[in-house]
Amino acid sequence: MKVTGAQALFMALEREGVEIVFGIPGGAILPAYDPLIDSKIRHVLCRHEQGAGHAAEGYAWATGKVGVAMATSGPGGCNLVTPLADAKMDSVPIVAITGQVPTPVVGNDAFQEADITGITMPITKHNFLVKDANELVETIRAAFHIARTGRPGPVLVDIPKDVQLQEITWRWPEEVDLPGYKPTTKGNLKQVREAVKLILASERPVLYVGGGVIKADAAKELYRLAVDGRLPVVTTLMARGAFPDDHELALGMPGMHGCYAAVTAMQKADLLIALGARFDDRVTGQLSTFAPEAKVIHVDIDPAEIGKNRAADVPIVGDAKDVIVKLHAELKRRQEEIGGPPDRSAWLATLERWKREHPLRYEQPSDGPIKPQFAIQRLYEHAKDAIVVSGVGQHQMWASQFWRFSEPRTWINSGGLGTMGFAIPAALGAAAGRPDKRVIAIDGDGCFQMTAQELATSTTERIPFITAVINNAHLGMVRQWQELFYEERYSQVYLSHEVPDYAKLAEAYGCVGLRAEHPEDVDAVIEKALSVTDRSVVIDFRCDPREMVFPMVPAGASNDDIILGPEQIKPTKDPSEAPVA
Amino acid sequence: MSANGNGKRLHTISVLVEDKPGVLTRVAGLFAARGFNIDSLAVGPTAEPGLSRMTIVVQVDRKPLEQVVKQLNKLINVIKIVELEPGEAVERELMLVKVRAEGETRARVLEICDVFRVRVLDVTHKTLTIEGTGTPEKLQALLELLRDFGIVELARTGRIALARGDAGIRDRGRRLKAVGEREAE
Ligand SMILES: Cc1ncc(C[n+]2csc(CCOP(=O)(O)OP(=O)(O)O)c2C)c(N)n1
Ligand SMILES: [Mg+2]
Repeated sequence: MKVTGAQALFMALEREGVEIVFGIPGGAILPAYDPLIDSKIRHVLCRHEQGAGHAAEGYAWATGKVGVAMATSGPGGCNLVTPLADAKMDSVPIVAITGQVPTPVVGNDAFQEADITGITMPITKHNFLVKDANELVETIRAAFHIARTGRPGPVLVDIPKDVQLQEITWRWPEEVDLPGYKPTTKGNLKQVREAVKLILASERPVLYVGGGVIKADAAKELYRLAVDGRLPVVTTLMARGAFPDDHELALGMPGMHGCYAAVTAMQKADLLIALGARFDDRVTGQLSTFAPEAKVIHVDIDPAEIGKNRAADVPIVGDAKDVIVKLHAELKRRQEEIGGPPDRSAWLATLERWKREHPLRYEQPSDGPIKPQFAIQRLYEHAKDAIVVSGVGQHQMWASQFWRFSEPRTWINSGGLGTMGFAIPAALGAAAGRPDKRVIAIDGDGCFQMTAQELATSTTERIPFITAVINNAHLGMVRQWQELFYEERYSQVYLSHEVPDYAKLAEAYGCVGLRAEHPEDVDAVIEKALSVTDRSVVIDFRCDPREMVFPMVPAGASNDDIILGPEQIKPTKDPSEAPVA
Repeated sequence: MSANGNGKRLHTISVLVEDKPGVLTRVAGLFAARGFNIDSLAVGPTAEPGLSRMTIVVQVDRKPLEQVVKQLNKLINVIKIVELEPGEAVERELMLVKVRAEGETRARVLEICDVFRVRVLDVTHKTLTIEGTGTPEKLQALLELLRDFGIVELARTGRIALARGDAGIRDRGRRLKAVGEREAE
């Protein structure tokens, strides 16, 4: 069958199981937008390519499938840079398809030309420039294979306009030929046995669960391992929902704004069982004083993560699900031989005490301004089974802390890159991928203003979700650092409670706009928002600008020096190596 | 093998890559992004169509080297990486050097060429252009001597190397891998 490159592109996307593409057309991608009309694939017309990219990410986070974004050459591709970098840092499987100027003028500074493969080389898992339509289908095939297998990540395919128009014979390659790409997925059994020996010898073990467990869809397997082995669990910012927060073995989130029990359990542990986690600086604090007594079992699909920040006593390269299943089987077998898990009642009792004595806390005065934590907690009480998407800043930390997660893929955020503006487009993508679920973006007022235009997309494409703006009139997280580390010298962090009027802006976008100004409004406003199902809703929670996120381990400090509340603040300087949130 | 004050050592790594557009940029970019200076990098085709070999010399500690190698391994177009230890590999470099050689100095330059068994490729009234092949150490020694006469220009290919013995990079070469990856096989 003779087809154009553009037709072949959509036939290939259909073969890959793509249901939805987020994008914006333009000159160099025009040929591809024509066969789109006849395709089964749904196109969601975003208002900014960054929105399309984050929507593809949100879709991938929520569904586990590969998200797809499409853009034109030059400025279109350049607008995808942030989502691609975000997806690289957080191992999110997306494929970006960009138009390129025709091959004869590539390199000529033609109109809307940008060397997008050059620009995105360090922020993609791989990228391709397709110079001949005869290679297009196998390239698309390879792109999806690379994006979704091994350590997932973003792949960009750049297709010059003449290649989209070139006529070829359709052929679907059965095999993907990538001689240099053979990810190790099966964990080594000898290593698994070594790991189980360490687990059985450990008096103070902690399962340190990272985003890899979510990516591997291994939450059920993790549950069995934790419960049968009586192993307490911390879930990182990337892994919230991998283990139910209400379980007695759950310690919550570790790291810079982690719970006392989670942070301290890792510090005092004699064994860390890291599953799909990468010993990120936001988790370890000062590396030299992190978990000083702990041996380390490190399970990761990416060999480059093992030993990168912390040496591993037992390294296991493999897919988290495969390795967890093997660990569980071996642990169960050995425990049956020795009559059950070792007695770790003292350790578990200590953890229980830490959880009891140092819970997350805040105070909501009945006559005072709304505390952000209160708004988030009330949202949780009303919509426990929602998918929560967050921006970056204080509200992100509070959302992660105060939402009680029980299911994987119900928490979506920008962890590694910390991309403000992530929430609204990612919520759009999540809602498009999971129409059966309620999606709630918990966003900052600063973040909201970076990508709010996708509310228009939500209205016109009928993809409703709720946005809860934690409006503290500030770039709150930066304000917090200035309060703590710059002697309260506030520099360029004030935004305003009133500008823009979030409720009016919502209405202008065709959404329902609501506002809560006092603690007693909160429940009613949330109920009202939840009663709307045919449109998106924006709630403007007018919150206390002074509230700070605690606990906190200042950047570069040791996790031993965790600060539990404002009363423990000692004047310190911003350490030079520590970037802002 | 030379070492500098930081305890860093020169490492020669041989990288088998698919001959795809951009592969050199990807490899070089990775070194740059991780903050490593490349001492030399030589690329050329191999006996297998579609495959090239890069010989890269870097000065780093063992641990960062491992990290870079693991990152290199993640590049889709990289097929295999081996580190070539000094004693276990043959190493060569080619250089072309144009040196001032007028009047009575000419005889002295020619004498040095003789001792080093290197060839003169071009002669003018004022200069000699010399082709030097050998181990990087030998070329370094030669350059030191020629420097006294005045070097007009210099071009070096960078080091290329192959492991001694029967095995090629494909069959037996010690591939540098993550600890865990090694266990996994
Ligand atoms: C694109 C981008 N620019 C700047 C930053 C630095 N930054 C981190 S948090 C933050 C403040 C976010 O403000 P807001 O969205 O209102 O959230 P809040 O902290 O107030 O909850 C800033 C500016 C960033 N992470 N991303
Ligand atoms: Mg704010």
